[in-house]
Amino acid sequence: MAQILNLSRRDMLKTAGASGALVLGAHLAPRGLFGEAQAAGAAAAPNFFVSIDAGGTVTLTCSRSEMGQGVRTGMPMIIADEMEADWNRVKIWQAPGDPAKYDPPGKDAQNTDGSRSTRHGFEAMREMGASARYVLEQAAARAWGVQPQEVYAKDHRVYHTASGKSLGFGDLAGAAAKIKLPEGDAKPKMKHPSEWKYIGKDMPAVDNYDITTGGASYGADVSIPGMKIAVVARSPVYRGKVKSFDATEALKVQGVEQVVEIPPLADDKGAEFRALGGVAVIGTNTWSVMQGRDKLKIDWDLGPHVAHDSRTYDDKLRASARKGGMKIRDRGDVDAALKAADKVVEAEYFVPYFIHTPMEPPVSVVDATSMPVKIWAATQSPNQARQYVAEALGIDKKDVTCEVTLLGGGFGRKSKADFICEAAILSKKAGAPVRVQWTREDEIRNGFYHAACAQSLSAGLDKAGKVTSWKHAGAWPSIVGLWNPVAKNGFGIEFGLGLVDLPYNNVPNIRIENGEADIMIRVGWYRSVNNIQHAYAMNCFANELAVAAGRDPLEMLLELIGDADNMDLAKDGVEKYWNYGDSIEDWPIMPNRLSNALRTVAVRSGYGKTMPTGHGLGLACHRSFQSYVATAVHAVVRDDGSLHIPRVDVAIDCGRYVNPEGIRKQVEGAVVYGNSIAREGKITTTKGAVDQGNFDDYPVTRISGAPLDVQVHIIEDFTHLRPCGVGEPAVPPYTPALVNAIFDATGKRIRQLPIGDQLKKI
Amino acid sequence: MIALKVNGISRQFNGDPNMPLLWYLRDEIGLTGSKFGCGAALCGTCTVHVGGEAVRGCVTAMSDADGKEVTTIEGLDPDGNHPVQRAWRAENVPQCGYCQAGQIMQAAALLSQNPDPSDQEIIDGMDGNICRCGTYQRIHAAVRTAAKEV
Repeated sequence: MAQILNLSRRDMLKTAGASGALVLGAHLAPRGLFGEAQAAGAAAAPNFFVSIDAGGTVTLTCSRSEMGQGVRTGMPMIIADEMEADWNRVKIWQAPGDPAKYDPPGKDAQNTDGSRSTRHGFEAMREMGASARYVLEQAAARAWGVQPQEVYAKDHRVYHTASGKSLGFGDLAGAAAKIKLPEGDAKPKMKHPSEWKYIGKDMPAVDNYDITTGGASYGADVSIPGMKIAVVARSPVYRGKVKSFDATEALKVQGVEQVVEIPPLADDKGAEFRALGGVAVIGTNTWSVMQGRDKLKIDWDLGPHVAHDSRTYDDKLRASARKGGMKIRDRGDVDAALKAADKVVEAEYFVPYFIHTPMEPPVSVVDATSMPVKIWAATQSPNQARQYVAEALGIDKKDVTCEVTLLGGGFGRKSKADFICEAAILSKKAGAPVRVQWTREDEIRNGFYHAACAQSLSAGLDKAGKVTSWKHAGAWPSIVGLWNPVAKNGFGIEFGLGLVDLPYNNVPNIRIENGEADIMIRVGWYRSVNNIQHAYAMNCFANELAVAAGRDPLEMLLELIGDADNMDLAKDGVEKYWNYGDSIEDWPIMPNRLSNALRTVAVRSGYGKTMPTGHGLGLACHRSFQSYVATAVHAVVRDDGSLHIPRVDVAIDCGRYVNPEGIRKQVEGAVVYGNSIAREGKITTTKGAVDQGNFDDYPVTRISGAPLDVQVHIIEDFTHLRPCGVGEPAVPPYTPALVNAIFDATGKRIRQLPIGDQLKKI
Repeated sequence: MIALKVNGISRQFNGDPNMPLLWYLRDEIGLTGSKFGCGAALCGTCTVHVGGEAVRGCVTAMSDADGKEVTTIEGLDPDGNHPVQRAWRAENVPQCGYCQAGQIMQAAALLSQNPDPSDQEIIDGMDGNICRCGTYQRIHAAVRTAAKEV
C-alpha cells in the first residue's frame, strides 16, 4: 500500500488534471472525461483519489479503464461510502497512467483485465474514503474546538454530536487541506460493514446521461489541434513484411497527405504487444485515408506463417491432445484406475479461434511532436501503452503520458498496445499528432486470437456409477508465443485458467496433461480466456458420465465437486498454482462454494421439472477469477433445428460485492457473450490469412438470438469473504450449460464449437 | 455542393459526394455521438435519422443526404430527454455505451413508426444493431418502457 498523502491543490493540478484539459480542441471537446473536474479547483485533496472543492463538489478518481464493466461507478462508490459523501454531489475523474499514484494496491499497474479491479482495489478505495473523512472530521473538530471523537461525518456534512451543529464538506475543504494524515501504520478508521450506505446497494452507471446523449468520449472522439488521421495496411499473415509498395494512386485521393511505412518488427523481437509494421495512409479525414489505403499496391513477404491453415492445424491440435504430454496435475494412479474401471468413457472437445470484436475497433491518438509524448487511447493498460510507446520511439517511459478514454468494449483486445505504438511511430514520422483508426476488418484480421483448443478426456466409472478417474489433456497455441515464438507448451497462467484447477475434488485419481502446439498467429487474452474451453469440456464431459452411469447430472456434478472448504492443488503435484495472481491463503479454492452455487441455480431454475418435448434444461458451474458461478439454460430445439432460449438462470458467488445492479448487468452481458462463443462465429485461416472480415462472416449474437430473460441470483452466503471477479466469470459456464440443455432436449452432443448449424443435422 | 440540415442547422458540403454521412458528421462537423463500428451497415452503431428514417451513416453517401434533414443522437432532444433516452437511463441499459447512440436512434425511429410494438416487433426492429456487451435484455425492456410514453 502506497503512503496516502494530503496533496496541495497545486500538486493535484500538476500531476493529474491539467494536462488533459489543455489539449482538446474546443469545437470537439467531449464532456466530462479529462481534466474538467480537477481544473474546476480543488480546495482539499487528501489523497490521489479524493478532492473537495469549496462548493462542496467531491471529485473521485477512477484509476481503472471503463469498458462497460461499471468500474467508474463501482470503485468510486466505495470511496464515497467510506467518506460519507453524497453520491449526487460526486464527480468522477479518470486517472491517466501513473501507477505510483493510481495503483495503491501495487498489484497490477492499472492494467484493467483479469476481473480484478474490485478484488484488488476494494480495501484501498475504502482507505482513500476513510482518510478523506478523517481530514474533514478533524477540520470540523478544530473549527468547533472539540475533540475529534465528538464529531461524525454523514451525508456530505460533519456534525457535532452534542450540539447537533454541522458544517458541509465544502465549508470544511479549506481547513481540511491543512490536516495531516496519521503517519506510519496508524490509519483512519474505516466503517463497519453495517454502516455502509452504498456498498452492496444498487447504483446506476455514472456515465448513463453522457452515453445516451452522445456526449461520452471514446478513443476516436479525441481530436487535438493539427491532428492527422491514419489507417494502416497490415500483412494478411502474422509477421509478414512489406517488400515494396506503390502509393501513387493512394496519394491522388483528395485528403490523403502522406503514405509512410511502419517498419517491420525485427525478427529477433517477440511480437509481444508491439506494432508489427505496415504501410500507413495519413490524411485529413477518415474516409479519405480509407479510400487511399484501398488504392495501395503492396508486395508482401508473407513469411513462414503462410503454412497456417486452420483446417489442418485443428487436426494437429486434436492429435496432440490425444497424445497428451506435460503432466501438470497428478493425483492417485489414473492408469490403474482406468484399467480397473467397470466402464470407461472417452470424448474429445474442440473450440476454434475467436476474435474480440468490441463495438469500438482499436483506436488511439498520439502526439509525439514534443516531450512528453502524449497518448489518448481506448486502452485497458495505460502503463503498458507508455512502456511500448517509449520502446517504439527509443525514449524513456517517464517521458510518455497516457490519458484513458472510455473504451467501446475491451474484452482483452485493448490490453495490447500495438495500435497505440502505430500512432506513436506515425506521429513521429509525420511531425503531427496522429489518430490511428482500425476498421472492423483490421480488428478481425490482425487481432490477438483466442486460442483454438483441442481436449481429450477419459474417465472410469465403477459399478455404482461413481467416477474413479479423470484423465484430461489439452493442446492449444500458447500466449507465451508472443514472447517466445518457438514455445510448444502452455504456462502456469493458462493451466490455471480452469484446467489444472479442475474442481472435481472427490475424484480419487486425476491426471491433467498439456500437449504441444505450434504458434502460428498472435494469441491473446479474450474475456475469461482459456476458462472457456476448459469449463465447456469438463462440464459437458461430466454430463456424459452421468448419462453413461444412468445418473442425474446434478447429482453427479455435486458428487464430483463435493463440499470441502479447500482444495489443495499442491497435494496433487501442481507446481506454483497461479490462482489469478492472488495468494491461495486469501482466495483458496473452495469446492463448497461451487456446490452451493450449483444447488442455488438448480432450485431457482426449477431443475428437475418435467419439460415438454424439444425442451431441455442444462447445468454447468465453474470457478474463475475467484468467483463461483453456476448457470442453468433452458433451451428449445425446434423441428427445423432452430434454437430458442426462453430463460437463463445464473447464480454468482463473488464474495463481498459492491454494486449488485452492476453485477446483474455483467452477468446478463456475459451470457450474451457466451452465446456468441457457443453459437456464432469462428476464425479460420487459409494460407496464413484470416478468412473472416466483418459481422457478415464473423457473426455475433444479435437481439433475435439473445436470451432475453436472464435471471441473476447473487449468492449471499459468503459475503463475509473477500471480493472476487465479476466481469468474466459468468462467461465460461454458459456454453456447457447450453450444450447440456441441447442434449437434454434432443440427445445430440455438441463437442465442437460453434454450434452453428449442427442442430440442423439431427 | 451538397446542402443539408443537421439537427436543425443548415450546412453545406463541398467535398467528395461519396463520403459517407458518418464521416462527415464525425470528421467534418465534430458530431462524434454517432460511432463507427463496421463500415458496412452490419452493426447499426452509426444509426442516424435522415428525413425521419433510421439509416446507417456508414453507407449513406453525402449525395443521398442532399436536401435532407439529418438528426443525430446530439439532436434527438434538446435536453437529452427523448422518451427513449429516458427509458435507456431508467432501465440502466448501457454498459460500454459505444453502440447505444445507434440503438437509441433505431428505437426512436421504430417507435415513431410503430408506437406500440409487440415483443417480436421490437426484436425485428432492433435486430440490425449489435451490442457486444450484451445489453439486449435491457434494450428490449427500455423500448417497451419508452413505448408507453411516445
